[in-house]
Amino acid sequence: MMVVAVSAAAALAVERFPPPDFTDHQLPQTTTPHGRWLGWEYFDMAALAAGLVLASYFALGRRSRKGLVGLATVAMVWLGFWRQGCVCAIGAIQNVSLAVFDPSYTVPLTVIAFFALPLLVTLFFGRTFCAAVCPLGAVQELTLVRPVRVPGWVDQSLGLVPFIYLGAAVLFAATGAGFIICQYDPYVGFFRLSGNAAMITFGICLLVIGLFIGRPYCRYLCPLGAIFGLFSRVSGRHVRIPPDECIQCRLCEDACPYGAIRPPTVPQTPAERARGRRRLGWMLALAPVLVVVGTGLGYTLATPLSLVHREVRLAERMKLEEAGKVEGTIDASDAFRNTGRPARELYTEAIALRERFAFLGGLLGGWVGLVIGMKLVHLSIRRKRDEYSPDPAWCVSCGRCFEYCPSEQQTLIQELPTLEKSGV
Amino acid sequence: MASSSDKLDRRQFVGNGVRIAGAIGLGGFVGFLAGRRGSADDTVWQIDPNKCIACGNCATYCVLDESAAKCVHSYPMCGYCELCTGYFEPDPNDLNSGAENQLCPTGAIVRKFVEEPYHEYSIDEALCIGCAKCVKGCNAFGNGSLYMQVRHDRCLNCNECAIAVACPSQAFVRVPASNPYLLKHKGTGA
Repeated sequence: MMVVAVSAAAALAVERFPPPDFTDHQLPQTTTPHGRWLGWEYFDMAALAAGLVLASYFALGRRSRKGLVGLATVAMVWLGFWRQGCVCAIGAIQNVSLAVFDPSYTVPLTVIAFFALPLLVTLFFGRTFCAAVCPLGAVQELTLVRPVRVPGWVDQSLGLVPFIYLGAAVLFAATGAGFIICQYDPYVGFFRLSGNAAMITFGICLLVIGLFIGRPYCRYLCPLGAIFGLFSRVSGRHVRIPPDECIQCRLCEDACPYGAIRPPTVPQTPAERARGRRRLGWMLALAPVLVVVGTGLGYTLATPLSLVHREVRLAERMKLEEAGKVEGTIDASDAFRNTGRPARELYTEAIALRERFAFLGGLLGGWVGLVIGMKLVHLSIRRKRDEYSPDPAWCVSCGRCFEYCPSEQQTLIQELPTLEKSGV
Repeated sequence: MASSSDKLDRRQFVGNGVRIAGAIGLGGFVGFLAGRRGSADDTVWQIDPNKCIACGNCATYCVLDESAAKCVHSYPMCGYCELCTGYFEPDPNDLNSGAENQLCPTGAIVRKFVEEPYHEYSIDEALCIGCAKCVKGCNAFGNGSLYMQVRHDRCLNCNECAIAVACPSQAFVRVPASNPYLLKHKGTGA
């Protein structure tokens, strides 16, 4: 009977077994359950805006560390555990890049909001988003128990990684190769309580490191942190350590677990100044060289990099299979053959992708060169500081340093009686 | 000291300029993005059943422990065969619901007698793990009425679907959220 059925199927091709006409049998319906109500998107955006306003208020207005920690906890529960980490300002960079390079991609409204609002707030008030709205920041903020100081040179060198990661993430998103920030998000498995073994292991390692080294992801990986650092440098109203004037008591010197507090500068001798100037000159001359070298390197590395894109990978595989250099086929090549499209079409697409990779890879290399060059230049520039102040690029406005400042203690004590009177 | 306050004023002026320029730039970029997306619907992930090759990645690559992609059945397309190649192992001992005869590792397909010789096959979705073994069987010898779909009551709608990354036939596509299924209908072919 089976043989008859199969040969009949071959003859009919489309409908191998004609569906019967039942006289008194009601066919069941295929259900189509809908996902999350779309209106929640607006709620997410409103919650984000409210979170940013509150975070800025707690950091700059109230100067309340408690408020920031409370808000961070709410953010971790809401954006982390409830929304399962998947409306994310860091990941939004990739959607935005893809939208710029691929007009057919529809970038969701929430993504635009999660990309733009935190940047706008950072531009004016510093990294208050990092302090209490980002769920990844919140996890690390709340799990830091015993801060260890990271040597300056390690801090500065590892601080370059986010810029490179940012460049790579934009490159891969723009070419449609994938969203690497999402694929290598160490904490999302923690929010979902599931994930692949490698990423869970990475996440646990980072959590353990984060017990001692403050915010390892934010400082040494987060690509959005890199953009925030640039924006925060020009922020008009950034968090200050003392509420009013710095009395230079040095009590806050070790307060920051993130190495963001910069001490006041000591006056230089003319000889030192001359040396500093010479150094700056050299670094300024070196920067363009690094950019050129980086561009060249990026251009050459683009071909292996393009293998990240599955279409390029498939084209390579197909070529090997056609040439008989590998045995057997894989699911992907079988699936492609099933579509009946000529292999030539795939090769043309892969070549076009390679070209795009070469161009963008050159840009990425140049970007890496520029970042290293600018870091060297920046380290050679001496800015006069009269008081202990947070480096706006590194400071995440967590508010840990407030209570170290005796002036802050003074204001708190002065406020105490009035608070008691008002019955708080 | 007049000079120092002048310096401060100048710095403030430049700072304000940079901030305002930054805000305008950001606004312009948002405008560009909003213009580009237009009034289009937001998207969710879905499996194009005509591209799906039932490789089984859906069961293992989803970020959820129990995959959001499951098998669904297009009842009008089904042949209601007694020997369903989506339900039975090749060469089954007997055409009954014995576990050793079933293709489905979790027994998620319910076989119900309708009238001689027809049987109806429906999916117990709570049991389905999205391994697509039945889909493969049905596509190979049957009408292709069993197929995979992302179930949106379960899907987290990740920014980048982990199954989509692992899908060998690029069957995962972004579809409008208001119309989130790519259902097979009668006449769309096996």
